[in-house]
Amino acid sequence: MAKIGTAGNYGRSIRSDCKVTIELTQSDGLKIELISKVKDYFEESIVALAKKELEFFGIKNAKILIEDRGALDYVIAARIEAAIKQIIETDKEFLLEIISQNTNHTKKERYRRSRLYLPGNTPKLALNAGVHKPDGIILDLEDSVAPDRKAEAAILVRNALRSVNYYGAERMVRINQLPKGLDDLEQIVPHHVNLILVPKCETAEQIEQVNHKIAKIKKEKTLNYEIWLMPIIESALGVINSYEIACSENVVALAIGLEDYTADLGTQRTFEGTETFFARSQIVNSARAAKIQPIDSVFSDVSDMDALKQNVLTSKSLGFDGMGCIHPRQIHIIHENFAPNKIEIEKAQKIVAAYNEAQEKGLGVVALGSKMIDAPVVKRAQNTIKQAIETGKLDKNWK
Amino acid sequence: MKKADKFVKNAAGRMVPTIVNGKKVIPFMGVNKYRPTHRGAAPRVPTCIDYPEDGNKIIDSLKEALIKSGLKDGMTISTHHHYRNGDYVSNMVFDIAAELGIKNLRWVPSAAFPCNKPVIKHLESGVVHHIEGSLNGPLGDFCSHGKMKGLGYLRSHGGRYRAVADGELHIDIAVMAASASDMMGNANGVMGKHPFGPMAFTKADVKYADRTIVVTDSLIDFPCFPWEIMGNDVDFVVVLDEIGDPQKIVSGTTKITKSPDRLIIAEQCAKFVEASGILRDEINMQAGAGGTSLAFVYFIQQMMIKKGFKARSMVGGSTKFLVDMMEKGLIDYIFDGQTFGLETIPAIRDNPNHIPVGVFEIYDFHAKGNIARMMDVIVLGSTEVDVNFNANCVSHSDGRMLHGIGGFQNCMLAKCTIIAVPSFRDRIPVIKDEVTTLVAPGELVDVIVTERGIAINPLRKDLIEATKNSGLPIRDIHDLKKEVDQICGIPAKPKLSDEAVAVVEWVDGTILDVIRKVEK
Repeated sequence: MAKIGTAGNYGRSIRSDCKVTIELTQSDGLKIELISKVKDYFEESIVALAKKELEFFGIKNAKILIEDRGALDYVIAARIEAAIKQIIETDKEFLLEIISQNTNHTKKERYRRSRLYLPGNTPKLALNAGVHKPDGIILDLEDSVAPDRKAEAAILVRNALRSVNYYGAERMVRINQLPKGLDDLEQIVPHHVNLILVPKCETAEQIEQVNHKIAKIKKEKTLNYEIWLMPIIESALGVINSYEIACSENVVALAIGLEDYTADLGTQRTFEGTETFFARSQIVNSARAAKIQPIDSVFSDVSDMDALKQNVLTSKSLGFDGMGCIHPRQIHIIHENFAPNKIEIEKAQKIVAAYNEAQEKGLGVVALGSKMIDAPVVKRAQNTIKQAIETGKLDKNWK
Repeated sequence: MKKADKFVKNAAGRMVPTIVNGKKVIPFMGVNKYRPTHRGAAPRVPTCIDYPEDGNKIIDSLKEALIKSGLKDGMTISTHHHYRNGDYVSNMVFDIAAELGIKNLRWVPSAAFPCNKPVIKHLESGVVHHIEGSLNGPLGDFCSHGKMKGLGYLRSHGGRYRAVADGELHIDIAVMAASASDMMGNANGVMGKHPFGPMAFTKADVKYADRTIVVTDSLIDFPCFPWEIMGNDVDFVVVLDEIGDPQKIVSGTTKITKSPDRLIIAEQCAKFVEASGILRDEINMQAGAGGTSLAFVYFIQQMMIKKGFKARSMVGGSTKFLVDMMEKGLIDYIFDGQTFGLETIPAIRDNPNHIPVGVFEIYDFHAKGNIARMMDVIVLGSTEVDVNFNANCVSHSDGRMLHGIGGFQNCMLAKCTIIAVPSFRDRIPVIKDEVTTLVAPGELVDVIVTERGIAINPLRKDLIEATKNSGLPIRDIHDLKKEVDQICGIPAKPKLSDEAVAVVEWVDGTILDVIRKVEK
């Protein structure tokens, strides 16, 4: 074990984070030094938290330096714990009380139009993520976290699952690529995560491993809530196996990651997306066949909202139900454009009205003008109406 | 002489002095309660025969001009801040005063900036006794620590005009930078080598000061027209190599913010204005600079285009964004007191609908009406608000003075004043039980918009009614505060001494609050 443990970030551009350095000493008790821009207001509470945590881990003598940039308690606690775990061997976890909003669980069929990626080791982005009203937030342990920061990120993400209010967004975590991702589950599953994203998924067997591990943890900890899975297909092989993956237990949505996929194909990603047309269609097809939600890749030019809109419209026309986002301003564009448009709503209203009328009259066949309407068409129209009402595009008393 | 003496509790419940820097002052009596009846200041009556027949008032140096203006101990010197953080002239004036061995001057800038840091040495040495004007940056810090010999005096832009006009603040010598002037002192800020825009903050000074010196780096042939300063009001003209750096006017607040959290605040403001019915064709509104305010105007613009509306007028601080809107036919008139972007200067110069206005027209409380009061909506930033809708824009929660009042108080007179703030900054809640410094009484703040919800002042039953089915996140301010406190934790109260270092004047000239010395 290291002699000095250090975790977190500090610097001029850092906000809502802190860097903690702990050195064990032989005597003299706990010497806590705090450098903080909010010292005048929070010195007492930060020092008390640090003491409580160090005592919890059985540390009696140490020098602790906390360099703070306005971190909240859950961040400070995570950084202290990460630093401690570099210098002592322990399985203990220092948990702050979970907020009541974060113990809910989600339904399989809920909206997953937008999911906002939040780098797991960057606390400032998580604080207001829910304010932007994405359908889901993803605390990411994979690509956005530097390899040498994976351990501290996992602790921070665990605490963020318990302490940050996301205002109704589904709480998702993207674990690392397997097998490392299986270890991540230990710190995530017990804390009311709603959905796990499994990156670079290529086979149904990988999903089985994830399910197995989750089941094991749930049994050990007697947890009885559902945890859904969203595999991300990011390779040619994954695309080929996508139907089996989609059919796996607990999988509610199938996402595609196009950056890695195009690299795997040996080509470049273009705006037109000809090179990914097959894969995207295949994902939609597999997901629909398995009766789950097909979810598109992120759109990475955060400054070009018009291009994003075009991308969303293409995505919708291919059959996707949602896509990832990497900037909060993308959320609204995504919701707005995945939602049914005016023409679709008007058409759906006519169909549903005709259907209702036929029901009332006890007619077996539904007709709109001289055209017969099949049952799937009615169902789709009902769905459109439901979406239009839920996205505020149609009054619920439209009839 | 005590800086501040004989404290009483004013109508806002704040302990304020009744004697400031040896002069009697009136404690705040409540909104719209104080009605002065006296006659205002009157300038000394000059006679044209005492001035050169050929109109040429050029003097070789600023030093000579100051000597000829009768600079002596204890005088009051004014400068303006149109070059903002690029001003050279103020520092020169006090360097010269120091060289001449002058003491105890009172400096009344329309605002001071970090570039005026060199004045600190003159405050320390006694050349400058104290400053009355917006204090921020190093000067604000100096004053916060109680190091200024006199009590600081914070006035709003409108309040400064009023103080000069009603005789509360007499200026002995006004030293006015102008980007172009002729030999007679006809001057403006839109011509010459280094234009800085309209000259709203020179009007009271030039009208009421005993002596006015125009300082320019671009002497042009008579007549310098349009003239914002009339040569008839000017005693001396000084031509220097450099008077300021216009590049430093732009302070990074003239671009629409990219911060998603600020954007959502701005968007909620715009949605509120739309849902409440304030947004209408021919709207009049203030369009502040600053990332969030500008973003608000951006969202309003989108709504206006959709509805086929245009604004009758917008009050700037003008920016390129406003000028573009006018060019697109979305605004009929821009009232412009100062520019925040040099790209606007051609429009100010050439477009007759881009009207340069003074502080008197926009903001003065003791005028026969003013433009701010006629505005349908104004969106402002703030350092703190409280559960009684009181607002602070001059100090942070630790009591340190960090900003001037600017037009903040004057804008409170608008038909709807919205304060747009994040609910917390760096773990420090912005919504308090009580603001550290009272700058705007709660009864004048109509709406507080944060990223976590919108709180409407209970006094504005009309706005509450108008937006009740809007689907906007309208919340009780106490709930909002509770939520923020749960996120941040309850901060300890800052340690402030009893010693006052500055007073905050309300728009009518009464004393609203004091700023106390910071302990550390």
